[in-house]
Amino acid sequence: MPEDVNLATYNADALTEDLSDAVPATPAAAPAEKPRVETQQDLSAEIKALGDAYARALKDGAAPETQPRLDFPPYRSSLLRHPTKSLHHADPETIELYSPAFGHQDVHALESDLTIQHNGEPQGERIIVAGRVLDGDGRPVAGQLVEIWQANSSGRYIHKRDQHPAPLDPNFTGVGRCITGPDGSYRFTTIKPGAYPWKNHLNAWRPAHIHFSLFGTEFTQRIVTQMYFPGDQLFPLDPIYQSIVDQDARDRLVATYDHDLTQPEWALGYNWDIILTGSKRTWTENEALGAEGDDHE
Amino acid sequence: MSNSTKLVPTPGQTVGPFYGYALPYDKDRELLAPGSPGSIRLQGTVYDGAGHAIPDAILEIWQPDSEGNIVHRTGSLVRDGYTFTGFGRSAVGNSGVYTFTTVNPGPTEPGAAAFISVAIFARGLMNRLFTRIYLPENEEALANDPLLSSLDPERRRTLIARRDADGGLTWDIRLQGEGETVFLDFEGTGTGGAAK
Repeated sequence: MPEDVNLATYNADALTEDLSDAVPATPAAAPAEKPRVETQQDLSAEIKALGDAYARALKDGAAPETQPRLDFPPYRSSLLRHPTKSLHHADPETIELYSPAFGHQDVHALESDLTIQHNGEPQGERIIVAGRVLDGDGRPVAGQLVEIWQANSSGRYIHKRDQHPAPLDPNFTGVGRCITGPDGSYRFTTIKPGAYPWKNHLNAWRPAHIHFSLFGTEFTQRIVTQMYFPGDQLFPLDPIYQSIVDQDARDRLVATYDHDLTQPEWALGYNWDIILTGSKRTWTENEALGAEGDDHE
Repeated sequence: MSNSTKLVPTPGQTVGPFYGYALPYDKDRELLAPGSPGSIRLQGTVYDGAGHAIPDAILEIWQPDSEGNIVHRTGSLVRDGYTFTGFGRSAVGNSGVYTFTTVNPGPTEPGAAAFISVAIFARGLMNRLFTRIYLPENEEALANDPLLSSLDPERRRTLIARRDADGGLTWDIRLQGEGETVFLDFEGTGTGGAAK
């Protein structure tokens, strides 16, 4: 369990999003002008051009894309951080066909409740986020680690490099973990995160999101992603969400409001299932039945 | 959901800048205690396309033990100091350097080239990347390795660690540009994060 909030102890490796590491963007249409601050309008035009090109490619018979583009210039920090060579096809071998094992030695059951990590109740809208982790063949990923982190209700991360002038919440750290049940299920109680501003361009705001880190039964299934909330008006404006150019694929990151998960006079419920890639290993019968999974409470 | 249905995977997203209070944990980079018999240091620097070290990347390694056994032991997050789990996680520091204390992985099959599996995450990197760190010794095994032998010599080099004088390993990652590290697509679709 995280102790009381002590900013000095947090890892200082990450930086606030900025442009210092990105190559200068080509000034849009005004060659005579000095470089100017890029606006949302500039960014939206770039995003739209990439989206239109994708729509044309689809029409011409290209296969739908299911993952974000590593090279997505509207996300300025990606400019120098995406491989320019194609990923090299490899057949996973030995160690790659297995995954690290996690269990209740690693994760305390209470770590799935982000609202009880301090002495008082955090500010904001209490929510339950629950779903299942499945592999690409529909098999539950049992007894495996799920990690989440998020901003507080006012859109502030506790990370000391987050300089957004919104209040920290002494009763909210925004970190949770759990181990999936035999049916691949996970469940967190938390606070709905706020949108937060970043420095990709002038007036850039990230839609509210929760970061998810997931392991499968094979290391090749490892992903880190972000879960979003339905109906967010910032979706069309956000270069990170839009780096997935396919609408169906983008939709897979958006949770569904689920009134059956909602608890009376307590918390609103959101459902989000996560699908990992397919298994490459030949499974034994026991594994296929999920017997490898942890005996979850 | 039927077991015979192929489901479309959930897309990845960048790890972002603020994983630092969430993903690191105590002894995350110590697959065994520093200084214990057989332990080596594995370290390197993560560079961007301008050749600058990246201060906000995080690496994970997953490897067999020194005998080549793939272990299935819990306890990576709360290490007991004795159990080798094969998994470690290291955020880079301000100078872009990651460090692990681990063992030389053994070959998982007789005659196979020994390697460590790697996943890398960073702010500005839209999806995790997979790659491998091969031990520099046993040239015959390296020559017969299916992945390495499918690469031209220039690219192949990016996957082989250097042996340090103290017995440790140094292996750098270049996300882009000259000497760009070979990153792997296990799906065969090219969309494991199509680099286009």
